[in-house]
Amino acid sequence: MPSVILRTSARPLLALMLVFSLYLLLRGHNAPGGGFIGGLFAASGFAVYAIAFGRRAAEAALRFTPKAVLGAGLLLALVSGLPAFLLGEPFLTHLWWSVLSTALVFDVGVYLTVVGAVCAFLFELTEE
Amino acid sequence: MDGLILLLPLMIPLAAAALTAMLWRSVRAQRAVGVAAAVALLVAAVTLLVRVLDGGVVASQMGDWRAPFGITFVADRFAAIMVVIAATMALATTVYGLAHDALDRERAGFHPLFHGLILGVIGSFLTGDLFNLYVWFEVMLIASFGLLILGGSREQIDGALKYAVLNLVGTTVFLIGVGFLYGITGTLNMADLAGKVPLAENRGLVSATAVMLLAAFGLKAAVFPLFFWLPASYHTAPPPVAAIFAALLTKVGVYAMIRVFTLVYGGAAEWVGPVVAVLAALTMLTGVLGAAAHYDIRRILAFHIISQIGFMLLGLAVWTPLALGGAVLYIVHHIVVKANLFLIAGAIERAGGSYQLKDLGGLSRSQPLLAVLFLIPALSLAGIPPLSGFWGKLTVIRAGLEQGHAWLAGVALLVGLLTLYSMIKIWNYAFWKEPPEGAPAVSGLTGRTRLLMLAPITALAAVTLTISLWAEPFVAVSLEAAAELLSPTAYIAAVLGSPAPGPTVLGALP
Repeated sequence: MPSVILRTSARPLLALMLVFSLYLLLRGHNAPGGGFIGGLFAASGFAVYAIAFGRRAAEAALRFTPKAVLGAGLLLALVSGLPAFLLGEPFLTHLWWSVLSTALVFDVGVYLTVVGAVCAFLFELTEE
Repeated sequence: MDGLILLLPLMIPLAAAALTAMLWRSVRAQRAVGVAAAVALLVAAVTLLVRVLDGGVVASQMGDWRAPFGITFVADRFAAIMVVIAATMALATTVYGLAHDALDRERAGFHPLFHGLILGVIGSFLTGDLFNLYVWFEVMLIASFGLLILGGSREQIDGALKYAVLNLVGTTVFLIGVGFLYGITGTLNMADLAGKVPLAENRGLVSATAVMLLAAFGLKAAVFPLFFWLPASYHTAPPPVAAIFAALLTKVGVYAMIRVFTLVYGGAAEWVGPVVAVLAALTMLTGVLGAAAHYDIRRILAFHIISQIGFMLLGLAVWTPLALGGAVLYIVHHIVVKANLFLIAGAIERAGGSYQLKDLGGLSRSQPLLAVLFLIPALSLAGIPPLSGFWGKLTVIRAGLEQGHAWLAGVALLVGLLTLYSMIKIWNYAFWKEPPEGAPAVSGLTGRTRLLMLAPITALAAVTLTISLWAEPFVAVSLEAAAELLSPTAYIAAVLGSPAPGPTVLGALP
C-alpha cells in the first residue's frame, strides 16, 4: 500500500501536471516545448496516479483506453496535413491564421499519441 | 493532385491503423475498417501505378520543404509496382484473416499492427530519403514484432526475440552507414546523393558505407549468411501473419538494396556486382538445401523464401537492363506465389489438422480444389513453364548467360530442380499419400471458413496464371522499370526539379 503522502498528493499532482503539460504543448509553438514533451509530462501524471491508486483507477481517470487515445492522436496528425491539398500544396504544408495553425493540430496529435503510447506501456506494466 | 495520388497509399493504412486503434473494444468494427481500408488501398495503389506509367516519375516534398532539405516521397515504376503488389497482398491476407476467428489475437491489437506493418512497407517503397527509409524500417520492425508475439506462446516469443534482436542489429548498422554517408556528402536525399557520392574524395569511406548498407539490407532480406532469423521465427506466426511477412518483409530488403545500389552508388562501387553474385549463389543454395531437410510445411516454405531471394539478387549481380528487369518480374511473381503458399499451408492445417507432412495425407481426395490451387503456385515457384516463375527465372538466367556468368546460371537451374523436389514432397505427403493410420479425421475447412480461405487463395492463383499466360505486358513494364533504375535521370529531375542543381562537393575540407 503506497504511503498516505503519495495517495493524498497524487490527485492534485495529476491535475497540476496535466495543466503544465498543456502549457508545454502550447509553448512549443515558438519556444522549447511541444506535443512530445507535453505528452510525456501528462503521461507521467497518470503514472503517479497509477502508482498511488492502481491500474484500474488510472484507466478510469484517463477515461478512454490508451490505445484509442493513441489512435486519435495519429488520426489528428494525419488530418492536420490534409488542408494543404485544398490549396494545391504538398502534404503537411501548414497553414496559419495569426496564432492558430494546422501545425498546432499536428502537435495536439503528437501529444495524444505520446500520452496514449506511454500510458499503454505503463498500464500493462503496472500490477493491479 | 499528384501529391494526393502519391500519398494516398500511405495515408490509407495510417488512417486504418489509427481508426482500428480507436475502435479498440469492437473487433467487429475493426474488421470492417480493415477490409474497407485494404480495398481502398488497392484502388489507390492502382491509381498511382496508372499515373506513373502514363506520366513518369511522381515526387512530392513534405511540408513544402524543398529537396534536398525536406523529406521527399517519390514513385517511379519500380516503386509503384511494389506498392500495387503490396496492396494486393494486404487485401488477400485481410480477407483470409477473417476466416481465422482468432478473437483473442484480434482483441490484443492484430488490426492496428497489421495496418502499421503495411504502412511501414509502403513507406519504404515510396520514400526518397535514406534516413526516412530507416524510420520506415523501424515502423515495420515494431509492427512485425507486435504481430509475431500476439498469442504469446513460448515458441512465438522465442522466435520473435531472435527476429527483433537480429533486426535491431541490422538497423543499427544501417543507421551508422547513413551517418557516415551524411558526414561525407552532407545530404540524405537519395536523388541528391546520386549526384554527390560519385564526387566524394574519400573512396574508401564510401565503400565502407556501401558494405554497411549491403549488410543491413542483406539482413532484412535474409541473404546468406544473415538469414538465420527467418527460419527461426516465421513458422511460429499464425497463417495470415506468416503470409504477409513472407510476401513483403524480405522483399523490402531486396527493394532497398536495388534502390540504393542503382541510385546512390550507381556504378560508384564496382565490387558490388561480384560480391552480390557470390552471396546470391550461396543464398539460393542454403535456402533450398535447408528446405529439403524439413518436414514441416511452414519451415519448408520459410527456407524457400531465402532461396528465392538469391534469384532476385542475381539481377543486381549481373547489372544489365535485362537482369534487373528479370529481378523486378521475379519479385512480383515471388510475392504473389509465396504469400499464396503460406495461405494454402494455413488451409492445409485447417483441413488436415497439422503442419507436419507425416501427419497429413489424402487431401487430394477430400479437398480436390485446394489440391489444384496448391499446384499452381507450387509449380510456379519451381519454375515449370508456362507458369510465372518460369518467365522470371528465364529472364534472370538468360541475362546471366549473356554476361558470361555460366556458373551462376548453373546454380540457379540446380536450385530450381531442388525447389521442385520440395514442392513435390509437400504434394506427395499432404495430398497424394493415404492418410496415416489413426489420424484424427478433422476437417475444419467447411462453410464460411472455406469460402473466406479459398477466395483469396483462388484470387492469388488467378494473378499467378495471369502473369504466366499473359506475360508480355508484365515483362515489358519490368524492363521499363529496370531501364529507369539504371538511368535515374528522370527520378533525380523529379525530386530535385529540373534542371538539377550542379553538384557541389562537401566534406572535402582543405
